[in-house]
Amino acid sequence: MITINVAMAVVLAVLYSVGFYLLLQRSLMRILIGIVVLGHGANLLLQLAGGPPARAPVLGTALPEEFADPLPQALALTAIVITFALTTYLLALGYRSWVLTGRDEVQDDVEDRRVAERERPEGSMEEDAEGPDDEEDPGSAAASDRTDEPAEVSGSGAAR
Amino acid sequence: MSTREPVPFTQWDEPEGEWTLPGACPVRSNRTLMLEAAARFLFPTVLVFSVYLLIVGHYAPGGGFPGGLVAGLAFVLRYIAGGESEGAEIGSRFVVRPPVLMGLGLLVAVVSALAPVAFGAPVLASAKVTFEIPLVGTVDLVSSLVIDIGVYLLIIGVVLDLLRSLGSGIERDAREAAGEEAGP
Amino acid sequence: MSTLVTLPVLLPILGAALTVLAARSARIQRLIGLMVLAAVSVVAAVLLVAADRTGPVVAELGGWPAPVGIVLVADRLSALLLLISTVVTLAVLVYAIGQRISDYGRETASTTFHPIFLLLSTGVSLAYLTGDLFSLFVAFEIMLAASYVLITRRTNASRIRSGMTYVIISLTSSLLFLTTIALVYAATGTVNLADLAGRVAALPEGLRTLLSMLTIVTFGIKAAMVPLHFWLPDSYPNAPAPVTALFAGLLTKVGVYALLRTQTLVFPGTGPSAVLLVLAVLTMVVGALGALAQDDLNRLLSFLLVSHIGFMLFGLAVYDARGAAGTALYIVHHITVQATLFLVSGLITRRTGTVSIDAMGGLARRAPMLAVLFAIPALTLAGIPPTSGFVAKLALLQAGATGGAATAVVAGFVVLASLLTLYAMVRVWVRVFWGTEKEPLPDDDPTDELVVGTARASRPMYAATVALVAVSVAIAAAAGPLSAVTEKAGSDLMARTPYIEAVLGREAVLG
Repeated sequence: MITINVAMAVVLAVLYSVGFYLLLQRSLMRILIGIVVLGHGANLLLQLAGGPPARAPVLGTALPEEFADPLPQALALTAIVITFALTTYLLALGYRSWVLTGRDEVQDDVEDRRVAERERPEGSMEEDAEGPDDEEDPGSAAASDRTDEPAEVSGSGAAR
Repeated sequence: MSTREPVPFTQWDEPEGEWTLPGACPVRSNRTLMLEAAARFLFPTVLVFSVYLLIVGHYAPGGGFPGGLVAGLAFVLRYIAGGESEGAEIGSRFVVRPPVLMGLGLLVAVVSALAPVAFGAPVLASAKVTFEIPLVGTVDLVSSLVIDIGVYLLIIGVVLDLLRSLGSGIERDAREAAGEEAGP
Repeated sequence: MSTLVTLPVLLPILGAALTVLAARSARIQRLIGLMVLAAVSVVAAVLLVAADRTGPVVAELGGWPAPVGIVLVADRLSALLLLISTVVTLAVLVYAIGQRISDYGRETASTTFHPIFLLLSTGVSLAYLTGDLFSLFVAFEIMLAASYVLITRRTNASRIRSGMTYVIISLTSSLLFLTTIALVYAATGTVNLADLAGRVAALPEGLRTLLSMLTIVTFGIKAAMVPLHFWLPDSYPNAPAPVTALFAGLLTKVGVYALLRTQTLVFPGTGPSAVLLVLAVLTMVVGALGALAQDDLNRLLSFLLVSHIGFMLFGLAVYDARGAAGTALYIVHHITVQATLFLVSGLITRRTGTVSIDAMGGLARRAPMLAVLFAIPALTLAGIPPTSGFVAKLALLQAGATGGAATAVVAGFVVLASLLTLYAMVRVWVRVFWGTEKEPLPDDDPTDELVVGTARASRPMYAATVALVAVSVAIAAAAGPLSAVTEKAGSDLMARTPYIEAVLGREAVLG
């Protein structure tokens, strides 16, 4: 079993708490930064899981017992790659949201609100139709017929 | 060569063609001369470095993914210097669509993962060939280099696609939005 | 034989590469997608037969033996789930192709749809087959990354909104998973599941409980277990019908599979688990009650999906061979029937032009075919004899009855949740298919057009739906041999030795 020193434990605690705090914000940008910070925390934890820092890399320049454990390093590399990909994806999503709605906030579940506010289960549709539309940005209806998201931009480029 | 007209003295230092890849920003007011000049020299250098990373990756830090990212960064540099017209295309005469690079990379990687089966080895197994090259010395060629090449191509494709969709795509959106506002 | 285990993972990647390269021809893309999934189905069937006859089939990647290398393992459970998942994926692909043809025309190729669809299939296959905790993480990431793209393709404001919720929740659960892996590695020094089985037992009790709870939370989010289910009814209904069907059929079930695998292999208990029993009851009841409050047909089905995750958790919580067998059988049944229901819902909403149950009515006269197509999976989900749902629920109830007093009480909740499911389904049936026809609403919600689609359903869409209904009938018809396999799978899971022996060799079990 690997133990951890206090300094690293404090760094991890800070990274995780900052990450989760940012994750609870409304703005997608802050959430994105939160996820990046959390990812760093998780990767640091993976590194520490391999043993104490400042050991030799597996390059054949040190004795086998002085090697750092290479497996957590490989795992952290893979995790970094995955976090990289998903961060760019979230950025694209945030941009798309900004184009469509003019903001990058993570919003509440509209239908859930509607169900909760409904007094009778058989509520008439005339009342219901008002609900979601109030939240709609006037410009979004015009924007929503443009269906090419960033990934689709590549699609339109490929069709040339 | 001998039949060429003598170059007038005043023009002797003008380049006859684009001897480095162009990186001129189409919008004049946005040009950054230092960056453009630096990008011309750095672009091929960084590409060579990325290939170096790709090759040494089996025994030293490097490999397909870092190599691909570094090569991608070369294109990012050119995109920043030259604007959207340059960034997403590999050279002005050799245009490859990013999805093709991604598809090719993925194909190379998967085929090289399956190839050992044809020789009776398990999937993803690798072999090593060692040979002597005069003046260079002993060279170890590992078959898993092929999978790294696949990853390298894939990552370049991904970075180029990101440049195209998130870089010039956003610029185009912004231009269209500006055009709409200026219009009727 | 060991090469065969890698094919369900490698073939879809190969297909994805080829479909990217064939971006100009919709016909070739379709052909590649269908051929790859058909081939994987055949491979999965062969693997199931092999695993049933001779025990787990193991592939050591690169020739590196476990626990150093990465292994892929196909035992009875994973081969069975792989087979049913691939068959459902194939049917959904046929449906999606039909929908693309009727929406965008026959010649519209896409650089994203087919490759992403196949990558999703890769992730699902890898999640079932991997014998390694970190590869499981990678499998989840492949699967989820593909699902992020599928759920936000053709974006509008509403799809972006629900997509964000989905992506953020999934990313959080992935990072929790990564943390769990780091802690597990720090504690044991391995990420191989079979190796972990031996080493975790040597850990102190408290640490073992912590790690076990972390995996339950991580996979619980992915499986949409109450109280970690909020994202599901919010995000799934906004996607196009085939995407929702695929997610509902497969993604949550992969979470349940991961839970089943880790809880039986790595963190074995010694009797019914109180935590899981409580979670199972909560999931069953909250999901079913949530479904009753809904007006949106897809949301109603999503809540029922949550409710039925509770059934699978119950089988796991009983913690004996019968319970595990019941869960396995239930997963097989539920993958098919839930996907079918969402596909039928896609056909219904296409016909009526709305997702609101209130706005539908009298559809039985106009579309008797749809009425039959909806009735069969609806009754199957509720578990009316002689459907596959009845067989699966009977297996769970038997496990509950023999598991002790606590599980017998929870078995009562299984019956309750089934009745609530039946009530919800009958209510949908009465309001959608009987009563008076209503005028289609004026299109006041711009999201409707994308979720519902405007063009008429094409023939492949009906064919795929009918095929899936046939599969679920076939599951009921083949209940005997199928439950024989799941019972053996259940006792394998509890005994643990066949899996560990196949991965690490005989000495590991004896020592």
